[in-house]
Amino acid sequence: MRRFNLGYFIKEGFSSIFSHGLMSFAAVCMIVACLIIMGSFSLLAVNVDGMLSQLEEENEFLAYIDESFTPDQVRTLMEKIKQIDNVDPNGVTFITREQAKQDYLKGHETDGLYVNMPDEVLRDRFSIHVIDLEKFTETVEAVCALPGVANHRAENKVAEGFVTVRNAVTALAYVLIAILAAVSLFIISNTTRLAAFSRREEIAIMKMCGATDGFVRWPFIVEGLLLGLMGAAVAFFLQWGVYAAVGKALADSGATALFTLMEFSMIWKRVLAIFLLSGAAIGALGSGFAIRKFLQV
Amino acid sequence: MAAKNRYNKKADASIQRLQSSGREMRAIMIRLIDIHKEYDNGTKALKGINLRIEDGEFVFLVGPSGSGKSTIVKLLTAEITASKGRVIVNGYNLNNIRRWQIPHMRRTLGVIFQDFRLIEKKTVQGNLEFAMRTVGASGREMRKRIPYVLDLVGLEDKADAYPNEMSGGEQQRVAIARALVNNPRMIIADEPTGNLDPRRSLEIMTLLERINAMGTTMLVVTHERDLVNRFSKRVVAIKDGELIRDGQGGYYRA
Ligand SMILES: Nc1ncnc2c1ncn2[C@@H]1O[C@H](COP(=O)(O)OP(=O)(O)O)[C@@H](O)[C@H]1O
Ligand SMILES: [Mg+2]
Repeated sequence: MRRFNLGYFIKEGFSSIFSHGLMSFAAVCMIVACLIIMGSFSLLAVNVDGMLSQLEEENEFLAYIDESFTPDQVRTLMEKIKQIDNVDPNGVTFITREQAKQDYLKGHETDGLYVNMPDEVLRDRFSIHVIDLEKFTETVEAVCALPGVANHRAENKVAEGFVTVRNAVTALAYVLIAILAAVSLFIISNTTRLAAFSRREEIAIMKMCGATDGFVRWPFIVEGLLLGLMGAAVAFFLQWGVYAAVGKALADSGATALFTLMEFSMIWKRVLAIFLLSGAAIGALGSGFAIRKFLQV
Repeated sequence: MAAKNRYNKKADASIQRLQSSGREMRAIMIRLIDIHKEYDNGTKALKGINLRIEDGEFVFLVGPSGSGKSTIVKLLTAEITASKGRVIVNGYNLNNIRRWQIPHMRRTLGVIFQDFRLIEKKTVQGNLEFAMRTVGASGREMRKRIPYVLDLVGLEDKADAYPNEMSGGEQQRVAIARALVNNPRMIIADEPTGNLDPRRSLEIMTLLERINAMGTTMLVVTHERDLVNRFSKRVVAIKDGELIRDGQGGYYRA
């Protein structure tokens, strides 16, 4: 080919879209639906993940040390704890019983002196930060199994429930993305196949005149690309609306204390980029596959 | 088009080798060596065809319906491949041609069919532009070339007409113009007058003869005896997939 005729390919792609408008419309609708379902689940996963990482910041438990331990023994114990899997080596702090008592009393100024003081307050303890919430229970058990750890206090059942939810949502999001991507590819392929079929005589004439495969293929790929991008643009604005509506519903129901959504303004660029890329990839790949058959002339 | 030039050079070299001891020094446009073609359903369409057509020749390929004429055309345009034997077109050896070379080979051929194969929703001008754009011609080249070929086929005032506004003879002239527009070395016409009345048929055949006289090699497939016998040309006759006669200034006999 002497020239890469971009203008021609784009013009042909556009006119092809309008020459079978209904099918193109259906394809765009499918892409919109797929992207929104995909986007909603991804946004849910992102939000749950965000909340989880907040919880993980506070991911600590206390391990009380046997009173009979000497300072040397405490130091060795601390090293052992740091070496346990999933324990943040920089997140292990030794707290003396005096410090603990001060801290405790600060929160109980109105109580009678020492009246409600729990036993543990009189023990030295480690505050231990756990890296991965998912393995919280195992980690606590591993620490307690060390000789010299008398007892522990952990309040993280909520967080563990969250991990399960996050994992489920993420898995579901992946499965849905895979299924919907396949469905969109299929729809685009069929649109292209229809377009190519309705133009099979033109294609045969082109091939007879010595058109290269690329020359025949490009207008169809451009068509798929345009359909994908159109779907992505529509899906983006709809997704924005859906997200805002869900955020508002949460706020109205007073659930915001439990569950707050990230601001869309913080993530819109990422959402738009992912939508456009997915739309373009689905469109170009789908039509690229479909047109191969028509080139065998 | 560096690639094309390179291949033409290569082609010229192989043509030199193929030429038999200086009987004639014209380049070989088509060479079929012991061609057999069996279709997937088992039909043996060609059974050992040998044929050699040189640059500038006008050749009628005749034979009854079903004798394998169109099969030969499809072999020459690389639409199908031979089951056995060698096919050389314009220096391209179609037995081991690469897929990406096929378009370049086809650009050296103009092909014409009985059913015209024009794009109905494009004007005459549009149909010719379509063919030229296919090979990457510029707008300037189109504006220069299209009026010239339309004039050659006698349709200089029909550029803006649509195919369905034209007679069969005129539509076939458009198809001839389209075959010529990319300046091929050879034209292959498969029953170009099959849909036309005798007078239009004669006009079309005369036009093809004129184009041949200007230097384009011509292979015309037909089963119309009267038409063939009006021209004194080389006639290659096949029957049941076998070549039964090949003679200069020949007549088409049953
Ligand atoms: N695609 C095909 N598949 C199977 N058989 C075919 C095919 N095309 C042609 N034939 C058979 O091959 C033989 C030669 O056909 P063809 O070359 O079209 O003859 P002609 O053009 O001389 O009328 C016929 O018997 C025909 O039925
Ligand atoms: Mg035929």
